[in-house]
Amino acid sequence: MSKLLQLQDQVRSAVSDAEPLRIVGGNSKENLGRELVGTPINLGAFAGVVDYQPTELMITVRAGTTLSDLRAVLAEKNQMLASESREYDGKATIGGTIACNQSGPSRPWRGSIRDHVLGVRLINGKAEHLRFGGQVMKNVAGYDVSRLQAGAMGTLGLVTEVSLKVVPRPDASISIRRPIDASGSIKAMNEICSMPIPLTGACWYDGNMYIRLSGAYETIKSLAMRLDGEILTNCSEFWTQLRDQSLPFFDTTSELWRFSIRPNSSHMMPNGDWLIDWCGAQRWLAGKYDLDEMESSSKRFGGEVSRHQAVDRKAEVFPSISEAKKMFLTRIKNSFDPAGVLNPGRLYSWM
Amino acid sequence: MFREFIEDDYVVSDADSKRPFECDGLSVYKQMPRLVILPGSTEEVRKAMRLCDQLHLPVVVRGAGTGLSGGALPHPDGVLISLTRLSSILEIDAEARLARVQPGVRNLQISEACDHFGLFYAPDPSSQIACSIGGNVAENAGGVHCLKYGLTVHNVLQLTFVTVEGEKITVGTEGLDSAGPDLMALMIGSEGLLGVVTEITVKLLPKPSHCQIVLASFEEIKPAGDAVSAVIAAGIIPAGFEMMDSNAVRAAEDFAHAGYDTTAAALLLCELDGTDDEVHDGIEKVARIFEQHGAITIRVSQDEAERTLYWKGRKSAFPAIGRISPDYYCMDGTIPRRMLSRVLGGISQLSSEFGLRVANVFHAGDGNMHPLILFDESKPGELEKAEAFGARILELCVEVGGSITGEHGVGVEKIRQMRIQFDDDELSQLNAIKDALDPKGLLNPGKGVPTLNRCQEYRAL
Repeated sequence: MSKLLQLQDQVRSAVSDAEPLRIVGGNSKENLGRELVGTPINLGAFAGVVDYQPTELMITVRAGTTLSDLRAVLAEKNQMLASESREYDGKATIGGTIACNQSGPSRPWRGSIRDHVLGVRLINGKAEHLRFGGQVMKNVAGYDVSRLQAGAMGTLGLVTEVSLKVVPRPDASISIRRPIDASGSIKAMNEICSMPIPLTGACWYDGNMYIRLSGAYETIKSLAMRLDGEILTNCSEFWTQLRDQSLPFFDTTSELWRFSIRPNSSHMMPNGDWLIDWCGAQRWLAGKYDLDEMESSSKRFGGEVSRHQAVDRKAEVFPSISEAKKMFLTRIKNSFDPAGVLNPGRLYSWM
Repeated sequence: MFREFIEDDYVVSDADSKRPFECDGLSVYKQMPRLVILPGSTEEVRKAMRLCDQLHLPVVVRGAGTGLSGGALPHPDGVLISLTRLSSILEIDAEARLARVQPGVRNLQISEACDHFGLFYAPDPSSQIACSIGGNVAENAGGVHCLKYGLTVHNVLQLTFVTVEGEKITVGTEGLDSAGPDLMALMIGSEGLLGVVTEITVKLLPKPSHCQIVLASFEEIKPAGDAVSAVIAAGIIPAGFEMMDSNAVRAAEDFAHAGYDTTAAALLLCELDGTDDEVHDGIEKVARIFEQHGAITIRVSQDEAERTLYWKGRKSAFPAIGRISPDYYCMDGTIPRRMLSRVLGGISQLSSEFGLRVANVFHAGDGNMHPLILFDESKPGELEKAEAFGARILELCVEVGGSITGEHGVGVEKIRQMRIQFDDDELSQLNAIKDALDPKGLLNPGKGVPTLNRCQEYRAL
């Protein structure tokens, strides 16, 4: 029996036995979201390139393909995944990356992993294997079920195959570092981000603002020289550590709060332990804080907050939402997975 | 009853006043609605939806009415909600590079309003002077700069919409993402079948400091197509990359006098933007690649006037073709670019089979084709022939791995071709989403996604 039919079979049995399934790719993100329940259904072995058309900027891969393998295949043609997603020491798979919609430092300029999804094949909660979207960049037939999967953490389907838009690799990157306080950096970053220059990073960490430019070496060098700061021609280690959350900031046992807010929002709680990324649109705060207070701060700045570690994972970890939206999501969940066997409770206790 | 919460002037029931709403940009489909309402606030939209839900009245939402797939075609027993009065730009935050707008704001209006900050809104459908941002969201509108800047779905940060039951829901954030399934992606391009969008926050981008275009003509289609692939393979992402075939080139040149080579079998327009250095280097590379692929003429725009002139030809291609034929039918399929020669060959074969001329305009960078089928509606049977021809083109697109619609939407026009692109299980999943969010089937019924019994009827044909 083919691997695919086995997967469909496993979903079918789960429905008839009313046994929840927990979807596993590279098992790199088991600490994300709420507590895992259910029998593992493993996609890790469902890997490999199905089709790669460099001149169409398109690759189709099975969901269990690791990001590092994917990176190697694309590098042969001098291309890459635009989203710069976290690789978890080579364990992260493309399926899991999309399920968690994880994107790295270049996200504000090059787009998220969700932005680059062109199509998916997935097994829904009725064990049907379905195809949505496709391999072309413009495709508006039917609802955008493919991008809907981004962030769904497997609750709306078991993604088996993904088609992605890929981009050319830039010739070079140059960074600048400027000592500045967090509040000043938010203003400075937003000013720089309003310039028409090829930015691929803007972050504040440990008393410094870091700006990255990517493109032809001579071009970005002359642009970097016009920005006030120390020029770092070899800074890739820093950006990789930021991408992989391996900077000392993330090496903490305390709670980690992630704010997704309007980029120029003023600095909150100046005594807190902060890392500011995405030109201010993604902010990490380490420490113990009151949930209601954090939620009201995030709302004031047009966004939301979620909790990432050292929390009670039986409780909710993602932002609280309105009753109307809860109803809307529940209905969508039911339309994909009426028996509720796909990663139940992973995202919210009620879905 | 709508008059209880909407001013009298904005509830339209007499035939003469309803007439302008009977069709959208695809005027071969016409239908008078039972009633037209023009709400002036999100609250009025909510009340209207609650009332329609109570009375089981079908609802069709309309923006500027420029859509090309009949998505805003009224329902004979239903209410047409026009959102043209919700036309305010609520906020422009230049520092955060975003704008919060109501759905009736015109696409171009956003770029105009933030121009003095050096910012622009990227998606630029060819109707951008007239089309509304709400309609862009409903259709996931594209334009000529999608390869580099993406579609509407890549340029919207947050949406507020009203459900069929009148509930208000906001998805996305003013940041760059939000937790959970991407509901914003689900709503964008859902053609008014899942909710009524009442507020949109869009991303604004810094205007590139430099912009230049290479214009090249070729004796055959194939080397032009290969040249497009070679540019992409060289690691260049043009802001715009357009191709026109000989019929389109000649019509456009006669109309716009853009300096196009009218002897060409194919014409390429390749626009690069960015910093001065980036553009300068890129333009040189592109010109060299075109030369290597046997371009007959290569011209590089030397100033803004010349760049605008080169675009004018392309942008006026549709009206230009309108001058050489009494009517034309604009198709909108997408293909993997490597299939271009095969598909154009197929289209030309179909053209002789149906005895109708065709002109091709192609977003070469992203594979989105717009074959324009020339016909004469006054000749009996010719419209039906054009429609049948169009359907065959879409089938061909799907056959080579593409899609029946790149940016115009399914609407009523392509509802039957949905079954070529999706199988029964896939359609029933799409219908399950619709049934879950609109259990009575009141939002834009008969559009977008065919119901299964309708598919079976089609399959039996």
